[in-house]
Amino acid sequence: MNERLLRVLTLADYNTRVVVFGVVMLGIAGGVIGVFLLLRRRALLADAVGHAALPGVAGAFIVLTAIGADARSLPLLLTGALISGLAGMGCVLLINRLTKLSEEAALGIVLSVFFGFGIALLGIIQQMRGASAAGLGSFIYGRTASMIRADALLIGFAALGIVVVAALLFKELRLYTFDQDFAAGDGWPVHGLDVLLMSLVVGVTVLGLQAVGIVLVIAVLIIPPSAARFWTDSLSKMVLISAFIGALGGYIGAAISAMAPRLPAGAVIVCVTGSMFLFSLFFGRTHGVVTLAIDELKLRRQTRLHHILRCLYECGEAVYDHGKPISIRTLRESREWGGQELKRAIRAAQKAGYLRETRERAYLLTEKGQVEAHRITRNHRLWEIYLLEHADVAASHVDQGADFIEHVLGTELVAELERSLSIEGLTPGSVHHLPAEHGVES
Amino acid sequence: MKITNSTDHKHGTNMQGSGSPSGSPTAAPPALFVRDLTVAYHRKPVLWDVDLDVPAAVVAGIVGPNGAGKSTLIKAILDLVPHTSGNVEIFGRPYKEQRRIVGYVPQRESVDWTYPITALELVAMGLYRKIGWFRPVSSRYRERAREAMEQVGMADFADRQISRLSGGQQQRIFLARALVQDASMYFMDEPFAGVDAATEEAIMAILQELRAQGKTVFVVHHDLDTVRRYFDYLIMLNMRVVAAGACSEVFTEENLRRTYGGRLTLLDRAVDAIGGIKP
Repeated sequence: MNERLLRVLTLADYNTRVVVFGVVMLGIAGGVIGVFLLLRRRALLADAVGHAALPGVAGAFIVLTAIGADARSLPLLLTGALISGLAGMGCVLLINRLTKLSEEAALGIVLSVFFGFGIALLGIIQQMRGASAAGLGSFIYGRTASMIRADALLIGFAALGIVVVAALLFKELRLYTFDQDFAAGDGWPVHGLDVLLMSLVVGVTVLGLQAVGIVLVIAVLIIPPSAARFWTDSLSKMVLISAFIGALGGYIGAAISAMAPRLPAGAVIVCVTGSMFLFSLFFGRTHGVVTLAIDELKLRRQTRLHHILRCLYECGEAVYDHGKPISIRTLRESREWGGQELKRAIRAAQKAGYLRETRERAYLLTEKGQVEAHRITRNHRLWEIYLLEHADVAASHVDQGADFIEHVLGTELVAELERSLSIEGLTPGSVHHLPAEHGVES
Repeated sequence: MKITNSTDHKHGTNMQGSGSPSGSPTAAPPALFVRDLTVAYHRKPVLWDVDLDVPAAVVAGIVGPNGAGKSTLIKAILDLVPHTSGNVEIFGRPYKEQRRIVGYVPQRESVDWTYPITALELVAMGLYRKIGWFRPVSSRYRERAREAMEQVGMADFADRQISRLSGGQQQRIFLARALVQDASMYFMDEPFAGVDAATEEAIMAILQELRAQGKTVFVVHHDLDTVRRYFDYLIMLNMRVVAAGACSEVFTEENLRRTYGGRLTLLDRAVDAIGGIKP
């Protein structure tokens, strides 16, 4: 068993290599096209198209059997799928264009009617004399085991073609998926791009029929880009990550399916990409749930630290002596501290080396703490004035995470704010002096 | 039934018929010439018989109540919505031939601001037409986009993801995208919606600069208080053109009342009476 797994994973056999090439290319194509489909907010169209392909496959089978040709020929069956898939997509787009029905309704109608028709055709095939519909079953759930070398090569190169088209039209697809009105006003053939993208979707869907199956082929187009979105805010990176996830899912799925031919490949591929999605959902570097939670926690810690430092600084100010230890009681009275907040804040500041306990429950800023507390207090007060004086523009500039106000507002504006302060002598809304720019008041 | 515009003004809209402006031998064709533009959505009329002759080098406001068809007018001129009838010419030539000299700023809400793209990449979209099919955005064009961002005071935000921009900043980069189109005529759909006062001033300064360069700018606008200050030409719209002309002449109480007053205008009643127009 292990030896076999190794042989499959290392692509020792030529046949395995070919099948894996086909399925991996399919995963890449699905990942790439899926990004644009997802951003165009048409994700479920892939599902309708997949289901709409069934009558095409069945119809092609009937025609081929009737004329006595090879009814198992994948290229011919897929041609049938392509025709009915395109017809299904056309129906959805037409219903949308011509009627007030919602897109979901159009998708639901097309999906069920075409699929139902396909199932009916499969029933007819089973009653046909001399025809065996056994091979057609694999189109519903997908089976790589039935894939011969020529099939895999066909799928692989067609998928490669789809990726090349998408790469050439990257810029155009980006424009069209982001802002159709602007694109149309700018003279781009928006309807043409619409049809092109949807045709690429139909292409991927049809190519995925044999390996993944009608029911699950949507996964190839939707899961990888959805997972990729958690890792990046850049479209080009999203495309690459999505393609990688699609390829990996295809590779592992094909390998497992080659070893256990009874497992439908589609199901395996979906499970593998599904777990990658789950992982991305939690740990994705830009939007993952855990990443966001950690950021939130960091921000909360930083805010707490800022509070205690500013509190100590202001207490020192109040008694005109920054060298005098402040008791925990004074600290507690000087601002609202919820629950354990004050103790946690003191501990954090001690750990960072900003303050030390001079005697029982009284604290003094260290030299490093003085500098930091001075900076924080100054920034805080500049923000206060800025918000008061420029409240109308503030919303577009204020970034609570900004450590250095100069970076956000620019040195000129900061200088102006400081001037306005020095004229008044006081910060508005606060009784404290603004700490001087350099050094620490004593 | 036709409500004729009683206001007299230089750039009259009362010229009847749908002839071409070049028929007039006296002067150069108007920058924007529209005749009999009618738009209907599912039998419901949105714009009726719009006629416009707007001169070049003006900042023109388009005002009117909600549902007056302001956005639709822009979209119909730009061929973004199908029109039942109508003829649009830009500098004396059909719109289709003049596409490349027209720039467009859609409504900010019309796009998905969570789209994975940076501000600079968005601005560069305005250059795609110049870059042409298949070619990627080269550094020369990125530099041009960066200049436009500087022009709208957004140079520091080039690499920021667009969802992390404020409403005013988003509007500024939309404007920058139109600026790099380097058009002669601009259509802007509510560029001041949801922006702060400073941004509004900044945008207005840029529009005036465009006018100084001889460009014609159309702006869908909501705030009647600033109309007199911002625009030198005004189109007052309520499903049809109530008045159009030099702002100082048409921005009158009488016209305002006819544009906004009593939502159940004569036209609405006429529409109700015939139960929508027959296609």
